[in-house]
Amino acid sequence: MTAIDPTVPSPSAPARPSRWKILLRTRPELVLAPVLLVIIVLVWEYGVVLFDVPNYVLPAPSAIVIALWRGLDAGLLDRGGYWLHTSITVAEVVLGFVIGSGVGLILGTIISQFRILDATLRIYLVAIQSLPKVALAPIVVLWFGFGLTSKVVIICMLTFFPLLVNSMAGFKAVDLERLELMRALGANPWQIFWKVRLPSAMPYIFAGLDMAAVFAVVGAVVGEFVGAQRGLGTLILSMNAQMDTAGTFSVFIVLALLGVVIHKTLRMVERRVLFWSGEGTRMIGS
Amino acid sequence: MTAEAGGAGVSALRAAGSASSTAANVIEVAHIEKIFVTMRNERIHALHDISLSVGEREFITIVGPSGCGKSTLLKTIAGLIPASAGAVRVAGTDVKAPRKDIGIVFQNPILLPWRTVMENVLLPAEVQGMPLGQARKRARDLLAMVGLSDFENKYPMELSGGMQQRAAISRALVSDPKILLMDEPFGALDAMTREQMNLDLQRIWRESGKTVVLITHSIPEAVFLGDRVIVMTPRPGRITRVIDVPITRPRSLGAMGEPLFGRLTNDIRRVLYELGGGEATPSGGMT
Repeated sequence: MTAIDPTVPSPSAPARPSRWKILLRTRPELVLAPVLLVIIVLVWEYGVVLFDVPNYVLPAPSAIVIALWRGLDAGLLDRGGYWLHTSITVAEVVLGFVIGSGVGLILGTIISQFRILDATLRIYLVAIQSLPKVALAPIVVLWFGFGLTSKVVIICMLTFFPLLVNSMAGFKAVDLERLELMRALGANPWQIFWKVRLPSAMPYIFAGLDMAAVFAVVGAVVGEFVGAQRGLGTLILSMNAQMDTAGTFSVFIVLALLGVVIHKTLRMVERRVLFWSGEGTRMIGS
Repeated sequence: MTAEAGGAGVSALRAAGSASSTAANVIEVAHIEKIFVTMRNERIHALHDISLSVGEREFITIVGPSGCGKSTLLKTIAGLIPASAGAVRVAGTDVKAPRKDIGIVFQNPILLPWRTVMENVLLPAEVQGMPLGQARKRARDLLAMVGLSDFENKYPMELSGGMQQRAAISRALVSDPKILLMDEPFGALDAMTREQMNLDLQRIWRESGKTVVLITHSIPEAVFLGDRVIVMTPRPGRITRVIDVPITRPRSLGAMGEPLFGRLTNDIRRVLYELGGGEATPSGGMT
């Protein structure tokens, strides 16, 4: 951009609109997506007024924004504000995600290095993976109480399996030619693992992490619904009880932002680790 | 027909006979058999009574239709798969496992996409615990030899197929093996790149002084590159004929137009088409 600036003086006037046109033609979604959002918000805002929808059924976007502002404007330790609850939920999500996916990754890695373990355990793991594990949340709360631990355990249960199953799939999908190459070089199993198996499995592992990140937030909210004293889930419950629907929606926005932040962080790490797996598109693009 | 097959048998035996007579042989393959048992418990006779000896700095090419066991033979020499019977000796010792004095180039380059070209070339050095500073210098020389000096920090996906295969050749040579085994290394390349690679390989072989065994299904490539061409036929995979190529080195692409070149390729073609017809082959000719 700055490199082009010096040439701006005289030819800039005809050049600038053409650049916009090119952008519109090549990436129309960059313009259309925000426009769509504005339209939806406007229709929502005026639709609610026009059809006289009660605030507790569907609040106007402006009411949600006001509720959000009120929640964020509170003190850090204010029980009515969002900061305290957000920090609790974030702590649960981060702890549960790191422990659950970490254990899942390590176990999946170990299991897939030994064919007998893999063959013996696979049917059970696949069976357990398809169970709706959130249904166990009440029991977990019963066992571990209303504090942080029960939420972390629930999130661990949810994030464990995507990593376990994906890492097993990833290690299984290693290109046999690469293994033969390593064997031809006289590599020992340890070298084969670090230099070929683990990097080859990385795309699968990151796919598992992406899944686990979504499950982690779900797990935290469900856990807090079932039994907790603090956290965004409890905030939603209490607001719902008071028919503060605008507040509920505003907490939902906080949760959505939390999800986006986690997702973006993961993508950033992924892009650094998996720069090679875009089959050239990323390299050429950069 | 019978006379032809008998002649082939004799020349195969000659190849075997020279194995025991010359002291400078780097590779000696004596009467190996390979029988695979498939999942359905079928027995596949992949190699039958293969004997072969390769002298130091010799360039041997093996040509034959797919399924004739040439890759199996190469992998057996490399120590990647054990023979069912017979012996493989390299540099005077029995081959039981992959060894450092053998470098292999496969049909696909098999470069690791998360490593740069330089890091890929250094892979054998890392695995075999060579001093890395020294290996890096050698890798740089090898990359210069294959014309990839400007690409050492690129990733494989930024290279063309021919360049990737050159990198794979550098990788095979980085630990300075005595022997280079190549399994249809140029099979995936287009015809023109392939001819260029043939010229380059001849130069690399002459400069590096390696013993090379190269598998191909291209008859002209086999004749162009080889000091001797070993013709294999399938079911069971065996050596049908060994043909000397007395064309002077270095050979230019123009050598392919010479009458001798044409006669040799025709000889091989005749062997392959007459004997490759299937069950009509008198297998007694081999014994």
